[in-house]
Amino acid sequence: MLARATPSTIAVRVRGLSDRAIAWLFITPTIALLLAINIFPLIWAVYLSFTNFRANRPNAEVEGVGLRNYQRVLNDADIWIAMQTTAHFVFWTILLQTVIGFALAYLIDRKFRGHAFWTTVILIPMMLSPAVVGNFWRFLYQPQIGLFNYIVSFFTGIPPSSFEMLGSVNLAPWAIIIVDTWMWTPYVMLICLAGLRSIPDYIYEAAEVDRASAWRQFWSITVPMALPFIMLAVLFRGIENFKMFDMVMLLTGGGPGSTTEVASITLKREAFESWLTGRSSAFAIVLFVAVFGLANIYVKALNKVKQR
Amino acid sequence: MSSVNTTAHSVVEPTPTVKRIAGAIVILYALITMVPLGWIFLTSIKSPPDSISYPPKIVFTPTLEGYCNLFTTRTRQTPDYIQSLPPPTGTCDEITRGRNMVIAGPSNYWPRFGNSLIIAFGSTFLAVSFGTLAAYGFSRFRVPLADDLLFFILSTRMMPPIAVAIPIYLMYRQFGLSDTALGMILLYTAVNVSLAVWLLKGFIDEIPREYEEAAMIDGYTRLQAFWKVVLPQATTGIAATAIFCLIFAWNEYAFAVLLTSGSAQTAPPFIPTIIGEGGQDWPAVAAGTTIFLVPILVFTIILRKQLLRGITFGAVRK
Repeated sequence: MLARATPSTIAVRVRGLSDRAIAWLFITPTIALLLAINIFPLIWAVYLSFTNFRANRPNAEVEGVGLRNYQRVLNDADIWIAMQTTAHFVFWTILLQTVIGFALAYLIDRKFRGHAFWTTVILIPMMLSPAVVGNFWRFLYQPQIGLFNYIVSFFTGIPPSSFEMLGSVNLAPWAIIIVDTWMWTPYVMLICLAGLRSIPDYIYEAAEVDRASAWRQFWSITVPMALPFIMLAVLFRGIENFKMFDMVMLLTGGGPGSTTEVASITLKREAFESWLTGRSSAFAIVLFVAVFGLANIYVKALNKVKQR
Repeated sequence: MSSVNTTAHSVVEPTPTVKRIAGAIVILYALITMVPLGWIFLTSIKSPPDSISYPPKIVFTPTLEGYCNLFTTRTRQTPDYIQSLPPPTGTCDEITRGRNMVIAGPSNYWPRFGNSLIIAFGSTFLAVSFGTLAAYGFSRFRVPLADDLLFFILSTRMMPPIAVAIPIYLMYRQFGLSDTALGMILLYTAVNVSLAVWLLKGFIDEIPREYEEAAMIDGYTRLQAFWKVVLPQATTGIAATAIFCLIFAWNEYAFAVLLTSGSAQTAPPFIPTIIGEGGQDWPAVAAGTTIFLVPILVFTIILRKQLLRGITFGAVRK
């Protein structure tokens, strides 16, 4: 844009600030803020991860411990279990949200009467605070008095007090998966809807001329054309659910036992309850590198799909 | 599904039957999804015994007790003492007297709600202001390493909040920013600004450069052209971005619970701590939740059309 300087733009640039000055003036505040509140803490966390610092003893002497924190983190069975729990949540929530979200988007794309209104209604859960909602779902899941158990028992005949969604080792993970799916399916639905709307009508018209069956049209046109969008939704949900914290904290706090203890909860416990600041920093860095690496590999795959 | 024979429709237009079935399934899903929210509201107008009765009560006498309990702190008193008091003033007083309690003072809910408002709106304003400037900078000028900078800005969102919370906690303690509204505003601004830059860059990229060039030929400086030509064109995008920043800051819990404890605490960490006699006071919790959800519901309804762009991070072109 600067390269092709016509006489008029030269005249324009003489008055007021130069473009270069404006560019820096505009970008610097954002970069400065991110450096101060994101990058500086991150670098600090990297530094802490090589020390035995404990935040509840700020005056104790800080010693460098080399890679010992990382060694401990990578050899800690609890942390690997937490990672597995996280992976389990990410897998099931994404699977359910993608299937239900895509199905809903497909139905909404039929443009029935009032579809705009009902789409807005469906969007509401994802606008809410996961913590506040998680707290209330704890009430809905109460075995003696909760609405959820009442409804399940109404349809299945199982006595409501005989199953504790949040207190049972087998059910607690599903209790969280249900709430997460309730809350975030609309998000996947919206992105899928954008994908479906991006498919030009003439492709279906051509398929219609070729007498392709509805089933064939769905698998040969709809799904492949919407795939980049579905993958984008999976990426966003994956990153978010890898960090999942507030909802789990309020629903189960990681329990019963440690069956729902996802990585963020382990991290919180190590950092703010055990005050193992150095070690928890090492864990945080490992987590960040893992998300960052996985996201990068995934984005490469996504770009390949897009280019097809 | 689509029939070639119905001449009134284009070939890809679904038949009325298909539409009706699709509509019925979607409406059923929407209604099921609304049940927990409806239940929150119903619980907020129940009395504490009604809220925990089994089977769950759908028909009950509504009461404002939950809201009264939310807004006040109460102490239990003997009936004799209550008899000796002057007659109750106002509905809340009457309700608490009926349960042998007196109002000891206002609760912490409104201050927490106020903190949420200040922090959410303050950080949204800053994030959108910084974000608009930076997005314009990235969109219109050749910035060295622009792609790397943009990716760096985005990558700051991949870190679990708890992970950066440790050094931020230490840093804030050092600078006296812990448990202050300013500290939370700066933090949420930093978290939101990455989203704001990405979203707004998408919106500003779509405004033709020719508009500014024309304005500059007419004698505007670059800054005037930005202010008077680009900003008005970007209003929708700025509004959509603002709503996303607002939703995040309004709903955030992890940073809030770790970095605030008293004076700067927001509503999300506060609501779960509302305790009545013997555990959580569910009508009061539900009342607090209902009030807390209202602003977001209103925004969702007003800005539903802009949501799509925001959610897809500008990565999806309509």
